[in-house]
Amino acid sequence: MSDDIKGKEKSLITRRKFLAGLTAGAAASALPAGEAGAYAFEELFRQHYKRLTADELKDILAKLEEEMSFKYGKEVHAKATPPIDNTVFGYALDLSRCIGCRRCVYACVKENNLSRDPQIQWIKVLEFQKGNNKWQGLEHSNRYYEPEQVPEKGRFYVPVQCQQCKKPACVKVCPVQATWQEPDGIVVVDYNWCIGCRFCMAACPYGARSFNWGKPSMPKEEFNPEIHYLGNRPQYKGVVGKCTFCIQRSRAGKYTACVEACPVGARKFGNLMDPNSEIRYVLENMKVFRLKEELDTNPKFFYFFSMGTGVKS
Amino acid sequence: MAIDAINGIVRTVVTGSKEYKAWMGFLSLLALVGIAFVFRQIDQGLIATNMRDDVSWGWYIANFTFLVGVAAAAVVLVIPYYIYDFKPIGEIVLIGEIMAVAAVSMCLMFIVLDMGSAERFWHLIPMIGIFNFPQSILTWDVVVLNMYLVLNLSLVIYALSKTYAGKSYKTKLIMPFIFFSIPAAISIHTVTAFLYLGAPARPFWNTAVLAPRFIASAFCSGPAFMLIIFQIIRKTTKLKIEDAALHKMAEIVTWCMAVNLFLLGSEVFKEMYSATAHIEPFNYLWNGLRGHNQLVPWIWTAVIVNSIAFLILIVPSIRKNFFMLNIACTFIFIGVYIEKGMGLIFPGFAPSTLGDIYDYMPNSMELWISLGVWAIGLLIFTVGAKICIAIKTGEIGHADPSAHH
Ligand code: SF4
Ligand code: SF4
Repeated sequence: MSDDIKGKEKSLITRRKFLAGLTAGAAASALPAGEAGAYAFEELFRQHYKRLTADELKDILAKLEEEMSFKYGKEVHAKATPPIDNTVFGYALDLSRCIGCRRCVYACVKENNLSRDPQIQWIKVLEFQKGNNKWQGLEHSNRYYEPEQVPEKGRFYVPVQCQQCKKPACVKVCPVQATWQEPDGIVVVDYNWCIGCRFCMAACPYGARSFNWGKPSMPKEEFNPEIHYLGNRPQYKGVVGKCTFCIQRSRAGKYTACVEACPVGARKFGNLMDPNSEIRYVLENMKVFRLKEELDTNPKFFYFFSMGTGVKS
Repeated sequence: MAIDAINGIVRTVVTGSKEYKAWMGFLSLLALVGIAFVFRQIDQGLIATNMRDDVSWGWYIANFTFLVGVAAAAVVLVIPYYIYDFKPIGEIVLIGEIMAVAAVSMCLMFIVLDMGSAERFWHLIPMIGIFNFPQSILTWDVVVLNMYLVLNLSLVIYALSKTYAGKSYKTKLIMPFIFFSIPAAISIHTVTAFLYLGAPARPFWNTAVLAPRFIASAFCSGPAFMLIIFQIIRKTTKLKIEDAALHKMAEIVTWCMAVNLFLLGSEVFKEMYSATAHIEPFNYLWNGLRGHNQLVPWIWTAVIVNSIAFLILIVPSIRKNFFMLNIACTFIFIGVYIEKGMGLIFPGFAPSTLGDIYDYMPNSMELWISLGVWAIGLLIFTVGAKICIAIKTGEIGHADPSAHH
């Protein structure tokens, strides 16, 4: 299967070269009306990602590049990079460092081409009162804190995003298998297969899934043209999306956008199968825990305190 | 013969009293208004509703849940008539099945309305799409609801064509299907309850008592609704419905309401006595939570009207008084309707899994669209019932109206 997709990647290159020329040609000429109509028609009957043949996927990615280049006025690279062998991604977050600045939130929105209006954010930073003993069940959080400066005295912060559960409640309930766990542990959504029933949102214990209630929109100049079919390509009205550990970056051997954006280095990411990875270091040397362990969803997202039990206030 | 029958049916549907025409006109108008709003929803997306990520199911799913319950009306009639051979119900059992057909049709409409990408419904068709069966309980619901719809529709058509020809429809051929419709009715309620109770992320729903409570409340609200309709039918048509049939139904409603209230009590005890962190949605519903208390008046209204209805029904001499019976039925309908929406779906999402409280209430568009669906459902029911009555009373066809079939 993975060889298969690698093949698809190769044959894409020529197409991309062609496209580069096309979009460079100044006022990226309008898609012919007939072609746009045919594209919409193809989309309506498009098969599930896993059922696409290599050729079909190649065509789809090429069309996606064409459509997005036209729409956003820049050269777009659409990929469907397959999982890397012997890799399962894991994440750890140092709660003693997090200052609640939400830079990860904004970096994620930009990287993943999330809708600005209506606003969609895949990372939610929860604020808690210190001394509040009800924080681990997340009951007494405040997501809409707006202080002049963070961190605020007497508060601490718990960023939450998709926990990439090993036993994902969301996958189990989806009636059409529009969401599934990839071999590298990333839970993805096929935005062209999701029927928008939102059963997964009722089932996810971490509020990790966001629905496109309206037509997603973002400023052209902020569009990120490096897109992945199962990740940060623009979503549609009426489908669900979620954090994919920046599949477009992690499968290319890069850190996720949130890891890079964090100014205090609270975020750690890596391959759980690699004994020398940073994430393994954290798991082996820190006392880590996971949210809502009693539900046994088995997240691959860990929390820990590297210093004492919280930030000094 | 077939041409005759079709002529007769068409004539039955298009002719009728002034009241009938006014009723049909009224329903059609509501349906059209609803459809107009559906276009707006399709254009803007579900953002036109008041649902948001924190409360991702709302009024449509509440109505769906309630109507799965109404579809129960049929089985409450099927059991006494076919199993216990309680003759008086024979006149109305078919109308109960027509009600089931209408209710399940409404359920399917509500589900489609709630889908964000309804044009992709074919993804759900086994073989062509990917049907995540048996993992996803939603696929179970699709199976049982469609099965129940087809089953009831076939039973009605079969029975009416036999009656039309002047024959009895209680034949050997049909009985296995009739028996099968009983567990099928139970299954649509159970599976729908499982949609919610199978979600450990939502402590408010994650209780085993939800399924039996669902069935108990469904066996109240459906028959309560039918009881009122049967009285209207016997006033406005030639169909004779004996008091005995209505009293029998009222008796069934009484005991189901007793069970419903008992199960509610168990739930209240479990939550309040164990008083874990999971009591939050429960508090949100019953007392208000951190200043959010919009559901409190609703749930208390539901409990009070259900209890009053139960008190009326429990005394046989009082429930045999039709005025009192109608008050009880109206109360039960209102009570159970509130229980399913404001009492079940909304508090399941508040506080959210991350502790936020979003006070959801449907907006006017959701209400109009829902009214439209109800109007279409009632149109289906009215047309079905009118044809059924015309055939049973011998207005069209060759039935002998004095015989019990
Ligand atoms: S956190 Fe939620 S969306 Fe992410 S894998 Fe777990 S259940 Fe699914
Ligand atoms: S909303 Fe989409 S991904 Fe979620 S359960 Fe429904 S079809 Fe599956």
